[in-house]
Amino acid sequence: MRQVYGDEMIYFDNAATTWPKPAEVTDATVHFLEEVGASPGRSAHRRSLEAGRIVYDTRETVAELFNAPDPLRVVFGPNVTEALNLALYGYLRPGDHVITSGVEHNSVMRPLRALERQSEDGSGGVELTVVRCSPEGFLDPADVEAAVRSNTVMIALTHASNVVGTVLPIGEVGRLARRHGLLFLVDAAQTGGAYPVDMQKERIDLLGFTGHKSLQGPMGTGGLIVGERVDVGRLRPLKRGGTGSNSELEEQPRFLPDAYESGTPNTVGLAGLRAGVGWVLERGVAEIRAHEVSMTQQLIDGLRAIDGVTVYGGLDAERQTATVSFNVAGMTPSQVGLRLDEEHDVMCRVGLHCAPAAHKTIGTFPGGTVRFGLGALNTLDQVRKAVEAVRHIAGEAR
Amino acid sequence: MTDEGYVVVLVRSTNHALRAEKVLENVRIDCKLIPVPRQLSSDCGVCLRVRRADREVVREALEEAGVEVRRICGV
Repeated sequence: MRQVYGDEMIYFDNAATTWPKPAEVTDATVHFLEEVGASPGRSAHRRSLEAGRIVYDTRETVAELFNAPDPLRVVFGPNVTEALNLALYGYLRPGDHVITSGVEHNSVMRPLRALERQSEDGSGGVELTVVRCSPEGFLDPADVEAAVRSNTVMIALTHASNVVGTVLPIGEVGRLARRHGLLFLVDAAQTGGAYPVDMQKERIDLLGFTGHKSLQGPMGTGGLIVGERVDVGRLRPLKRGGTGSNSELEEQPRFLPDAYESGTPNTVGLAGLRAGVGWVLERGVAEIRAHEVSMTQQLIDGLRAIDGVTVYGGLDAERQTATVSFNVAGMTPSQVGLRLDEEHDVMCRVGLHCAPAAHKTIGTFPGGTVRFGLGALNTLDQVRKAVEAVRHIAGEAR
Repeated sequence: MTDEGYVVVLVRSTNHALRAEKVLENVRIDCKLIPVPRQLSSDCGVCLRVRRADREVVREALEEAGVEVRRICGV
């Protein structure tokens, strides 16, 4: 295979996909492919049962991490995007009002905009309020509460911005959602495994998660945890098909998780996800978080000290994830990103990060930013080297 | 032991059967996942085979864990 990076490569694109993965994740996927290999929940032979146990254990592990009420409420799918589409398309009906924030990723915003536009073709749309955030990306829960109407049914929020890392106040919003009898949907793509998420304490009714970021699993894994307040009869599946259950019926089962898990799942990926989440639980979210806070603050402070560099967000590592956005005066994000990659072996992501709303909020639309997404396996030394690389590039730009 | 010594526990789905297996393992009750006997259901799923003598403890353990038992019957 072609070598695509140098030995000193610094991977700072963990907000998109974490890499490298813990060795246990690779081992678990190889073990599944070599030793198990069969379809889970379909046949009753030993290999199929073992595959089923792996999937079940993954449900339990994920439920433990997020303090879900029941492992069978964990619905697996290919990623958080599908999970959010299931929650939004499955639950919302024409005439319903939904509240979201000004820092959402397109995985929330595009389904909501499409549901809103259904009114134009006469089928009746969903009403949408996008609550503004501060230029740093913070959300005031009072603004969310002020947006509640008589036909509001749901509040859909990201837990943290994928652009500037700011953490939204899901505890407060969860309380007010419960007070108003609304369902609370949280997109935990940027926080799961790196920041505490407690479904019951934070009163989350629908939790979307993805496996390939801080849960340390492979791509193609994720899901939606369906809380006990959600009417499963109302939540329509996105797809229907074989579930290995109720096979005598031509109707889709209505119980969890089968109602939403048609088709053979990505069992090899889920085997890896179980190992990834297991690694997170063993290390502890608190310890991972402490390491990321210390790297993030060093990164923010280091970048801010460079002439010509603007860092976005709250500039306080305690109030954000390990994702930091910045720009270099006189250069476009893509120029900076290319030079970081080719000349300094620093890999990051530039542009709009699939979140135009967030860039409008922080004032970087349409140009975008350079984004450093740190992960649990990065080091303070890598942060120091990357800051030096930006200093070098910014010095030449002046 | 012959089949007479066993009963089968039917639950909602394979996911529920896998959960039931874990619940019973935790309370150290022997069980085995087997295909649902054709005469009991046309479903292609699995059920649990347990010792007849354990029938009531199994029912209690599963109910306590929130696993809905559809039927317990002889094989």
